[in-house]
Amino acid sequence: MATVSAATGAGDFRTEYQVTQAYLIVALVALFGGVVTGLFQGLDNAGINLYPRLAPVVQSYYHGLTMHGVLNVLVYTTFFISGFLPFMTARALKRPLASGKLAWGTFWLMLAGLVLAAIPLVGNQATVLFTFYPPMQAHWAFYVGLTLVVVGTWLVTLNLALTYRAWRRSHRGEPTPLAAFMSLVTFAMWTIASLGIAAEMLFLVIPWSLGLVAGTDALLARVLFWFTGHPIVYFWLLPAYLSWYTLVPRQAGGKLYSDPLARVSFIIFLVFSTPLGFHHQYADPGIGEGWKFVHAFLTFTVFFPSLMTFFNVVASLESGGRARGGRGWVSWFFKLPWGDPSLACQILAMLTFTFGGIGGLINASADLDLVVHNTAWIAGHLHLTVGTAVALTYMGITYWLVPVLWNRALWSRGLALAQAWLWVFGMLIFSYSLHTLGLLGMPRRTMMSEATFLQPEWKTYLTMVGIGGAILFLSALLYFLNMVLTMTVSKQPAPAMPEFAEAISGPAEAPAILDRWPVWLGMSAALILFAYGPPIYQLLRTTSLNNPGLRVW
Amino acid sequence: MKTPSKIYLYELFWILPSLAIPVGMIAALLVTSFGANIHLPGLEGRVDPTKLESTPPFDKPVVVQLSPDRYEVHMVGETWSFDPSEIRVPAGAEVTFVATSRDVVHGLFIPYTHTNVMLLPGQISRVTTRFDKPGTYLLLCHEYCGIGHHTMSGTILVEASPNNSSGEGK
Repeated sequence: MATVSAATGAGDFRTEYQVTQAYLIVALVALFGGVVTGLFQGLDNAGINLYPRLAPVVQSYYHGLTMHGVLNVLVYTTFFISGFLPFMTARALKRPLASGKLAWGTFWLMLAGLVLAAIPLVGNQATVLFTFYPPMQAHWAFYVGLTLVVVGTWLVTLNLALTYRAWRRSHRGEPTPLAAFMSLVTFAMWTIASLGIAAEMLFLVIPWSLGLVAGTDALLARVLFWFTGHPIVYFWLLPAYLSWYTLVPRQAGGKLYSDPLARVSFIIFLVFSTPLGFHHQYADPGIGEGWKFVHAFLTFTVFFPSLMTFFNVVASLESGGRARGGRGWVSWFFKLPWGDPSLACQILAMLTFTFGGIGGLINASADLDLVVHNTAWIAGHLHLTVGTAVALTYMGITYWLVPVLWNRALWSRGLALAQAWLWVFGMLIFSYSLHTLGLLGMPRRTMMSEATFLQPEWKTYLTMVGIGGAILFLSALLYFLNMVLTMTVSKQPAPAMPEFAEAISGPAEAPAILDRWPVWLGMSAALILFAYGPPIYQLLRTTSLNNPGLRVW
Repeated sequence: MKTPSKIYLYELFWILPSLAIPVGMIAALLVTSFGANIHLPGLEGRVDPTKLESTPPFDKPVVVQLSPDRYEVHMVGETWSFDPSEIRVPAGAEVTFVATSRDVVHGLFIPYTHTNVMLLPGQISRVTTRFDKPGTYLLLCHEYCGIGHHTMSGTILVEASPNNSSGEGK
């Protein structure tokens, strides 16, 4: 990590460069673990059960599945975001983070939490999946470690807020630079949303796993989990949107279509991301149907800013395609600089996300959800959204970010392009099969190679899941190879970091109220109180903590 | 607001349908719920999961016939089985599952029906389904519930019944 110097362009941003490098290394190691365990699951679906040979490292299908989920969607995402967004904020505000010491302290706290959680996780003492629904009970260190990681993300928010405050003192009346605005919104939204999981950990799960209280309550724990569990997907998605809005238009040779519309989308995410978690609990007893409908309506509301993003980003791409000589309604699309792997990854991620978005609307429709809830369909959906829209965008970002941070050019552009296309190809096979299996009634999170209820009509699709998974694994190997070789043996210096895109309709046209934080944070709190206050109050009044903890693996 | 520029008009052109789609889907949801009578599980009361042996109806998991075509199944999910796990009803029967979990979170899912509900320790789940077509239906646990999760299933045998051959079903 000593390769960064003032000469690389790090300049005043030396700390930011190094902290971001540290976060990225952890994120990539986690992703590698998540991808390897994922391969074993895919093969198991195809009837190839490797688990007897993998013991004692991966002790069961469910042990592997827990590592796959925790490493990919909790560790990889959180560490990537905590490294990437402060870096973007510092670059956008053109000033270092308020406290370099706080930034390093936060990283070490999160790493300590991760190690604490990883010990029981790897040791098969926490085979509870990334959703860890009580009263299934993991080792206390798993919960304490994950909680420390969440506390770390709050410290990232603090550092961003302090940095913003310092910037604002010398820039009164100016609109916040877009990338900084989006980073702040993302972490503000996450900090509010993560209060649910923090409450679950601190008041229910940790005392219970330490034996301080005898019982817990399955429903209350699920409600608090999903308070955080849906907005967490926006915590993953918004950094991808940030890249699509502030960098991709320029990478595509064009301009951002509308800066004000982009800000409005993010404000809607800030206000509406949290009060809709019951749409994950449509099938739960103990929550009134009326409240489920309230959350369904609010879920459809957050579809709106994603549609705005779709419009704005595609219009921006179009400005790039046309600037490069593209014509016609559609053919400008092929004029985009597809040879740039960073851009190719992200456009492919957007295209895949279209299917993910449509699937999401189906899941949000309470009546249709009864057909697909907890079936393989959901796993198919999650791999289109976080597994591609988010992960492939992050990969696209690392194709410029890792070279910039290490000051070494990307080792192989061709390999990176092959990786991007392979990922989408494998994912389409993989995800199509899982969606279909869900419609055919196959449950998710189930060891199919030993299932006693395997249906003959599932078999072809299960094989396709294995094939798609193997292609995804191959793509991931190409990715890691390229990353490691870029960091270690690539000789050329890195090209400059992509510049922020200019806007056709610029920030000066954005209403000033979009920068008034108290208004939006207040609205966010009010909406949460409305949508969660009464049902949680009613639950607290009637709940007795009488579910003893069980180890069932 | 600014004078309506071309960009502003394009934005508006996109915003209006973007509002219309979610509103349309909400309307569809309301129609299927109140019109087609598709309902979600709701508040059915609590039960102490450590005292199921002495709490009716879970002290005796059985299938109860309420009337010629209405049945109630009192069901307990536990690691890793359903009790009862084999249910026989005639075609056209309306079956209400009153179910809970004895230990961890389980699911109660019958593919090709809209029976899809979680079984949580401490909560009573209640769902009603009418089985029109004769045949064997799977009853699956669709939430990870431990190392034997993939063995947790049951069957519902819907028998062709001469009484219901008049074709009430769809």
